[in-house]
Amino acid sequence: MFGYSMADIGNILVMQGFSGLSLFSVLLLMALGLAIIFGQMGVINMAHGEFMTIGAYTTVFLSKLAVKYDIVNYYFVFAIVAAFIIAFAIGYLVEFVLIRHLYKRPLDTLLATWGLSLVMQQIFRSTFGAKEVSAELPQWLLGAFQPTPDIEIPINGVFVMGLAAVVTFGVFLFMFRSRWGLNVRATVQNRVMAGAVGINTKKVDRVTFALGCGIAGVAGAAFTTIASTGPTTGSLYIVDSFMVVVFGGAASLMGTIASAFGIAQAQSILQFFMTSSMGKVSTLLVIVIILMMKPEGLFAAKVRK
Amino acid sequence: MSKYDRRQFMKTAGAVVGASLALGMTASASNVFAADFPTAKVNTTGLAVTDKTVKVGILHSSTGTMAISETGSIQAEKLAIAQINAAGGVLGRKIEIIQEDGASDWPTFAEKSKKLLENDHTAAVFGCWTSASRKAALPVFEKDNGLLFYPTFYEGLEQSKNVFYTGQEATQQILAGLDWVAKEKKAKTYYLIGSDYIWPRTAMKIARKQIEQHLGGKVVGEEYVALGDTQFGSVINKIKLKKPDVIYAAVVGGSNVAWFKQLNAAGINAKKQTLLTISVTEDEVLGIGGENLQGFYSAMKYFQSLKNPNNEKFVAEFKKMWGPKSVIGDVTQAAYEGPWLWKAGVERAGSFDVDKVVAALPGYELKTAPEGYVKVDPNHHLWSKLRVGEWRADGQADVVYESPLIKPDPFPKGYQ
Repeated sequence: MFGYSMADIGNILVMQGFSGLSLFSVLLLMALGLAIIFGQMGVINMAHGEFMTIGAYTTVFLSKLAVKYDIVNYYFVFAIVAAFIIAFAIGYLVEFVLIRHLYKRPLDTLLATWGLSLVMQQIFRSTFGAKEVSAELPQWLLGAFQPTPDIEIPINGVFVMGLAAVVTFGVFLFMFRSRWGLNVRATVQNRVMAGAVGINTKKVDRVTFALGCGIAGVAGAAFTTIASTGPTTGSLYIVDSFMVVVFGGAASLMGTIASAFGIAQAQSILQFFMTSSMGKVSTLLVIVIILMMKPEGLFAAKVRK
Repeated sequence: MSKYDRRQFMKTAGAVVGASLALGMTASASNVFAADFPTAKVNTTGLAVTDKTVKVGILHSSTGTMAISETGSIQAEKLAIAQINAAGGVLGRKIEIIQEDGASDWPTFAEKSKKLLENDHTAAVFGCWTSASRKAALPVFEKDNGLLFYPTFYEGLEQSKNVFYTGQEATQQILAGLDWVAKEKKAKTYYLIGSDYIWPRTAMKIARKQIEQHLGGKVVGEEYVALGDTQFGSVINKIKLKKPDVIYAAVVGGSNVAWFKQLNAAGINAKKQTLLTISVTEDEVLGIGGENLQGFYSAMKYFQSLKNPNNEKFVAEFKKMWGPKSVIGDVTQAAYEGPWLWKAGVERAGSFDVDKVVAALPGYELKTAPEGYVKVDPNHHLWSKLRVGEWRADGQADVVYESPLIKPDPFPKGYQ
């Protein structure tokens, strides 16, 4: 078939399947935080990419410390936690200073957060310099599994997959199995009523926004394993993140997962059989066509109109 | 570099009295006095030249996505100008810099060029990086008869009276590099991969012709990825299936990091695979991480690790000015040559007038270039050598091959 042996084809199927799954987990990590903020609060957070960058810079910074104290093999897990905490804290602050004044004007959140993203990029540039930097990775994250001599599964890909699973599960628990999640969902459905029954809606908003930012930070930390970090790194990912969220249907966690999966598999398979650019373009075309037929996205939240 | 061409000198400074003429002919850079070159004589076209100063422009992106690459060029140009000023300036005049930000946006490059030429009347501009920014600025330079020194290696197929190209064009980088890899590694099959814009596409077009028509090799795959893309899984699987002798790469910017990290993670490393890239310099290695590149090759004209007295001095002074952690890539070095070439052109012409500088520069030999000896060709490109560097884990490269001096040929026959 196509001039390759069956063994070759088999190996490639396995590796190709993995590469689709790995892209899926990357897209999912990018989009989860955005989906929470956009879906639950209606805030279009153009600075989402910059919160990823915060996570990435945190990891890079900690990796430099780790090199200094010779603990490179252990620091990475702490770096992820630190990335979450720092992005969460900054998100909390941003909500307080900027976002909470704009809840009644969702389109203005787009402008304000876009401005915020530019400001943050400049802060990164002034603080860390314009050049791209890389985190020092622990040994156990490098290299590949080799179940057979011809199949190689990148370990950093597996790691990102695991992380995406943990984060998604965590978000699920938070949103659907905790008191906090209940408050969030109640506030989204009817803010006035939620306030009337004693839910501190302001606090709920702040925590939700900060949580979304924190997850972006985790995504950023994860990305240091596959890409580099620079002041404009975030803007590379923001389009893909929005694509996943919009395609999935804003308010739904399931939608985000399904959309990330669909986009990743389509892209991965098309890129293999077409050229890389054409694969991307074709994926986008399919998304546009589906969105024309289902403007609310794959899994639209049922709203009473 | 401050010896004058006697004939030029006599022609343009004929009115100067004998005493100062004698001084002029034996002058070294430090004792050229502006008084010997009256402003009215050296500037007949209304440039920003006074008895004490001359204004030049630096036009690079210090913001936006290209800032990562262009920062080094800005630093190198500022270093060269500071050194020239410390040695007495140009024709006794101190150089003043007007810096503009192209902001990685091509129309902005055109607009700022216009500002530098029409409002500031700068005598020369050092700048641009991507081909797109150069193409946007070019009509402005041609219309206003400005002078641009352009530092980046590029696809060639261009020559303008108003531009001097201090980076290498395609034949000096692509052809020479492929010849090396075909001979040295006995390579027959090639996989071409690049970012999806004009430079990689033109480069690959030229590379394909060279491989198929002159090296007797075969291109088994050609692939372009979107700028900024970080997912190479599918591409890498395709490469694994094709098993090429050489991966020939022109992936640029941040994508590079993802590309090399994922190659390594997928088990493609220098032990198993020859990879030659034309888009990785020391600057990119900072982001990629030396361990991901170890053993792969870059085809460039300059590496920071070059061992010669010019380069040792250059590296030391660059680090003194911009910090011990700064690294110097190929384009940074080419940018450094710009102000020195301009100074030489002005001194050979005895004038700041663009037409006279343009006429005076061809044939000039810059013997103090960090890359070694270079010469300005009448086609406004430099004669330079190609070097192949093998990357080390510490982010520096060992030069494993050095070509003879290559005459620039921006319009190679049969490659257009």
